[in-house]
Amino acid sequence: MTDATLVLDGVHTHIGPYHILHGVSFAVPKGELTMLLGRNGAGKSTTLRTIMGLWQASAGKILFEGREITRQETPDISRSGIAYVPESMGIFAGLTVQENLVLAARSGAIDKNRLDWILSLFPALKRFWSLPAGNLSGGQKQMLAISRAIIEPRSLLLIDEPTKGLAPVMIRSMIEAFKALKEAGETILLVEQNFHAASVLGDSVVVIDDGKVVHRGAMAELVTDRTLQQNLLGLSLDAHQ
Amino acid sequence: MTSQTTDNALPDLPRTPRDLVPLLLVPALIVLSAPLFGNLSSWVTLTVAGLAMGMMIFLMASGMTLVFGLMDVINFGHGVFISLGAYATLIVLGPLAGWAKADSVWLNLGLLGLCILVAMLTTGVIGALFERIIVRPVYGSHLKQILVTVGGLIVAEQMIHAIWGASPITIALPETLRGAFVFGDAAIERYRVFAIGVGLSVFAVMYLVLNRTRIGLLIRAGVENPEMVESLGYRIRRLFVGVFVAGSALAGLGGVMWAFYRQTLTAGMGMEVMVLVFIVIIVGGLGSIGGCFVGSLLVALVANYVGFLAPKLALVSNILVMALVLVWRPQGLFPVTRQ
Repeated sequence: MTDATLVLDGVHTHIGPYHILHGVSFAVPKGELTMLLGRNGAGKSTTLRTIMGLWQASAGKILFEGREITRQETPDISRSGIAYVPESMGIFAGLTVQENLVLAARSGAIDKNRLDWILSLFPALKRFWSLPAGNLSGGQKQMLAISRAIIEPRSLLLIDEPTKGLAPVMIRSMIEAFKALKEAGETILLVEQNFHAASVLGDSVVVIDDGKVVHRGAMAELVTDRTLQQNLLGLSLDAHQ
Repeated sequence: MTSQTTDNALPDLPRTPRDLVPLLLVPALIVLSAPLFGNLSSWVTLTVAGLAMGMMIFLMASGMTLVFGLMDVINFGHGVFISLGAYATLIVLGPLAGWAKADSVWLNLGLLGLCILVAMLTTGVIGALFERIIVRPVYGSHLKQILVTVGGLIVAEQMIHAIWGASPITIALPETLRGAFVFGDAAIERYRVFAIGVGLSVFAVMYLVLNRTRIGLLIRAGVENPEMVESLGYRIRRLFVGVFVAGSALAGLGGVMWAFYRQTLTAGMGMEVMVLVFIVIIVGGLGSIGGCFVGSLLVALVANYVGFLAPKLALVSNILVMALVLVWRPQGLFPVTRQ
């Protein structure tokens, strides 16, 4: 696929004796938000970690902007333009909100216009600017984690379950923020368990089960096909609204 | 935007409560122990001695706590850098022995400065080799780290024997640092005051580096979550090598200070203080420089006070301090959040 920012081609991942990913193949189109869905333990987080080089793929290829990154080390993958927000958020609790963001701005200084844009997405961060990030609530930490990922322009954002454990009001805030990121043309691969959030945000969807891709297509198609939802995810959209 | 409405409705977070209690331990111990002494001069002398000893332990322990905090590496060979730092003074003291006896403050202090410089360079370079040859192959395995670094320690101690001989070597303090300042009945050794000055200076520099520089920011972040630091595009291994080298050089500096304090060099002198070093970094909180500083002063002061007031308890006083602190704060005085 020529307009794909990221392509996974037959990726296998082993963690110790366990074979987690079994030939995962899909593409993330440029400028779109691709949802990665699947039940717990299906291999979604492993897919993101394998892309980031945190776990090495044992077979297959990962291409980012046409260049193979399969065997590259995590810092090199990050520097090539991929930002990653893990499920744990990876916030440095002992550092202030400002220090978390300064660290993510590898060029040194934070671009003021970009910071203003980020603070317009997540105004709470401005208020807590000089406080240790460990003091923030779960939702505010997630805002900081995403802000850190976009503090400099990146070609691809990998975000793992950003709404997990958040109150409904925070989930709505997060959905609005992702809509704004989509409007800004960001390319995003988003792991999500909340099907309502996924259905609202996703342009395309990849469903993984037992470490294999079992469905790829447009999100709109999955949203309207309840039988497909039941077959793939064992749920219906109604139950999650 | 919904988020704005929601966030504006949130109350401001309270300012972070500063964790002052551990910081108050040292001054509280000093003040509260005063009535236990029969006379003021003993209390002053022991307090200054305890502070000086604490500063020297801090110098020796600070590198190790950072190495453990950053890369989860238990380096049982850390003690050899203390010994090597001490022996490296001989490189300077050999040709410049006359400076120690000279009736010049500048020559005396210059000699000590040169000893410190040479010791830190020597232990820094050997630290880089130690990390590359001994530590790097055993990342991620504590058991292997213990076995291999103890092996490295034994080899390095034998190399000291081979180069400088197995007999203890005595060294003399530079003229300016001999003797004591006398205030009434209290005598305060000049070298102890010097050691307190060096310890405070190093702590101030470390504090500024860790809190005011980008490299310090990276180290603090790396102690919390090395994987995330890598995900942000930084090479944690390179950072670790830098910290390991700096930690080894600091141990070398501690070795110089310890050597002039004891005025006798033995290959095992570093290993002898490692028990204290371990106690201090556990008391302070693994990976915490502030904790290491407070822990060092606490342990040294208690050792001095107990040694005077209840000599029979002197041997167990350090363990007792550690046990009490861990009962109060199981993660140490200033726990570092690790993810």
